[in-house]
Order: sequence, then C-alpha cells, then structure tokens
Amino acid sequence: MAPASPSTTQQSVAREPLSATPPETLLAFTALGFERDDVPLFSNLTGAINPGEILQIAGANGCGKTTLLKILSTVLSATEGSLQWRGKALERQRADYLAELVLVGHSPGIKLALTPRENLNWLGRLHPTRQEDIEAALVRVGLAGREDVPCDTLSAGQQRRVVLARLLIARATLWILDEPMTAMDQEGVALIENLLREHTKTGGAVILSSHQTLAMNGVRVLELAEYADD
Amino acid sequence: MTELQNQSSLGSPVSEELPPGQGFIGILQRDLLLAFRHRGELANPLIFFIMVGALIPLAVGPQQTLLAQLAPGMIWVMALLGTLLSSDNLFQSDYADGTLEQLILSPQPLWLLVLAKVLAHWLVTGLPITLVAPVLGVMLALPAAGYEPLILGLLMGTASFSLLGAIGAALTVALRKGGVFLSLIVMPLYFPVLIFGSAAVQRTVDGGSAGVPLALLGAMFAFALLISPFATSASLRTGING
Repeated sequence: MAPASPSTTQQSVAREPLSATPPETLLAFTALGFERDDVPLFSNLTGAINPGEILQIAGANGCGKTTLLKILSTVLSATEGSLQWRGKALERQRADYLAELVLVGHSPGIKLALTPRENLNWLGRLHPTRQEDIEAALVRVGLAGREDVPCDTLSAGQQRRVVLARLLIARATLWILDEPMTAMDQEGVALIENLLREHTKTGGAVILSSHQTLAMNGVRVLELAEYADD
Repeated sequence: MTELQNQSSLGSPVSEELPPGQGFIGILQRDLLLAFRHRGELANPLIFFIMVGALIPLAVGPQQTLLAQLAPGMIWVMALLGTLLSSDNLFQSDYADGTLEQLILSPQPLWLLVLAKVLAHWLVTGLPITLVAPVLGVMLALPAAGYEPLILGLLMGTASFSLLGAIGAALTVALRKGGVFLSLIVMPLYFPVLIFGSAAVQRTVDGGSAGVPLALLGAMFAFALLISPFATSASLRTGING
C-alpha cells in the first residue's frame, strides 16, 4: 500500500509558534507545559496535526508520553499552554472535539467480564458509531468465533484486538493511541499498521506513543525528551 | 473475510449526533449486565442485611416488646451500612480498567452517565434491600403499622444513599484505600436521612403520623438527585488524575 501522508519521514516537529493556524489543521497545541508535584515534565511544547498525518510521540520511559496523550485528549489539563481544534479554542467546543476523538489508553478501556460484542455495544452508545459494522469489525481484527466469549478468557493480545475493533467502528477523525503495539504479535502489528494506513488515507489523523519505530512511511516523530525541563 | 469500508464522514465534522439518552441506556445496560455476571458480589450487601437481621434476635433475646422498639432504627442502620459497603466499588473498577476514562471522553453529558451508574447501583443494592426489609421487620417483631412508612422511607432513603455515596466514591476513586475516606466523607450526609427515616417508622409505631419525616426524606431525595450527578461528575474529572 502507498504511504498515506505526503509529509516527510522522521522529521521532528518544528518549534516555531503557531501564529495563524491553517484551516485544515485538526489539533494544534501551543506552548504546552506540565508539572507533576512541582516537578516539570515538559514545557513549551508546540505542534499540530493535520488530516492524513501520523504523529509519533517518542521518548524514554517516564518522560511524559502518556501524560501528553492525556492532555491532548482532555483527560488531564496542562499546567500551561492551550489546545485548538479545527482552528478554534478547544474548551469552547469540547463536546464536538470528543465526538471526533477516540482514545485508546494504557489500560484496555473495556470490561473484561463482558464479551467483545457487548463491549462494542456499550462503547458504541457513548461515542458516535457505525453500529452495523460491529460484526464486520470483529471479523476484521481476527476475533471471529470469539465474539461471545468473556474478554477475561481472551489473551492480552486478543483483548487489544477488541480495542482495535472499536477504532474500526468509531466515526472518529482523530485517534490517540497509547502504546498500541503492546502485547501484539507480528500479525497484530501488521493489522495496526494497516488500520493506520486506511485511517490516514480517508483523511483521519493519528497521534500515538511508541518506543518502537513504526515500519511505515509518513510518520512524523516528536521527541519528547527535547522538551524536557532541566 | 469481510473488508470493512472505512470511509464515511471522516475529515469533516460529524454530521450525525448521538441522542443524549443513548449513553444513559448503554451504561445502565452494561452495569446491570456486569452485576449479573458478578452475582456473588452482588448478593453481599443483601446477605449482610439479612444476616444481621437474623442475628439480632438471637443476641438480644426474643422479647417482642424490646425487639419492636429496636426494629426501626436497626433496619435503617443496616440498610445504610449495606449501601455504604457497596458504594466503594461504584467507580473503582471502572477506574482500574480504564473504562472511566472512556466515560469522561464521551461526548454524552457525564452527569447523565453518572446517573445511569447510580440507578444501576440502586437497582442492585437499594431496591433489593427495600424489598427484603419487611422480612426483617417480621424477624424483629415490627408492629404492623410500621411497614408502610418503612418501605416508603427506604425507597427514598436508599436512593439518597446511592446518590450521595456516588459523590464520595468519585472523590476517592484514585485512592488506593479509598474506603475509609469514603465513609468519612459520606457519613455526615447520611445522618439526616437515617434520622428522619427511622423517625418515620418510629412515629407510626407510636401511633403518630409519618407525614413530616417522610416529606423531609422526599425533600432530601430530591436535593440529592439534583446535586449528586453534577457533583459526582465534577469530582470524577478531578479525581481521575489522583
């Protein structure tokens, strides 16, 4: 498959301030900083993501990758800085933003006592979903025949696949994925890369954290260590 | 293999809005289903309630007059403790498996989702306790006049307990040993409900009218219903980050 994004590979996000956000920019963040218990994690972090782009947050353990993803998905508020969604301040249109966002966090975000189908059902009622696609999505991620088995009897990799199925049924433009490759076998990693390709091809955007290098073209890398406060 | 067609309204704002009731129904269904899957845990508060009710006559002795005097207060205290024991887990498991994050990130109003969770909690704890209460009344020799205000009071009282407990559960969601704090935060809010609830039964048993305490219970329930969903969702947004 052809690379989805026209942007150059392995290029760090420029530090220049975003004075005028271009209209097609999805999410822009300006001068973000975060402190935990008075210890600064990162500061003056500026960047943006456009349709069709994949932005990889890279960095060593504990440098704040998960924290940054939480800030970008509004679970956590930044100590300083601001977020813009489609060129306007995000706080003013939080519901619109959330309707176009899917976050896959560290923890699976599914109920282990429920079956994959039941999980997709309740998640589908919380976020705009293409309901009719649940069956197809479960087949696509390789869970055919296991739709009605409680998730706690599935392997860790299979549980991650339930979460991938959720990405497929969501009507989200922006995917924020925290370490999506965890517990995935080779086939699973290939599946993720295919999903990312298809998503960016149709105008979606992805922000993900991973310490592995993705075997894909058109991935911009943001080295979080460069923004660490010393 | 079915290939998923992955193009729809991507790149443009979502055209279709989810009706706001969808999330409420989704969470209510989910939590009831989960409660059913964990039937063992589900029965805990109820078993506690019945056990204590059965043990008191054994410990105090079978004198009808003494038991009848104790009954209103005892049943209410047990209902309170039964609900309190289970409200600890209201958001804890959602926090642990990351589904709480998904609730907060839903475009659906969070207070409505919280209300669905509280309703599910009440349906599996408060309501069964209320329905079993008359049996305890019989065990504790509650005079016949006491049953009506007992059930009416418990219906509103246990619902208030669930609603108020949700605030405490949300505040302590990220704490490892939240149970103790939860009790400390929530207890003062429970006191008026307990006082007027048992007073309603006591008054009718003594030949008076339960109108005033029941009206006050209703007022407290209405207040809790108004305040709790908003207080709980605000607490969740801050509480989730420890």
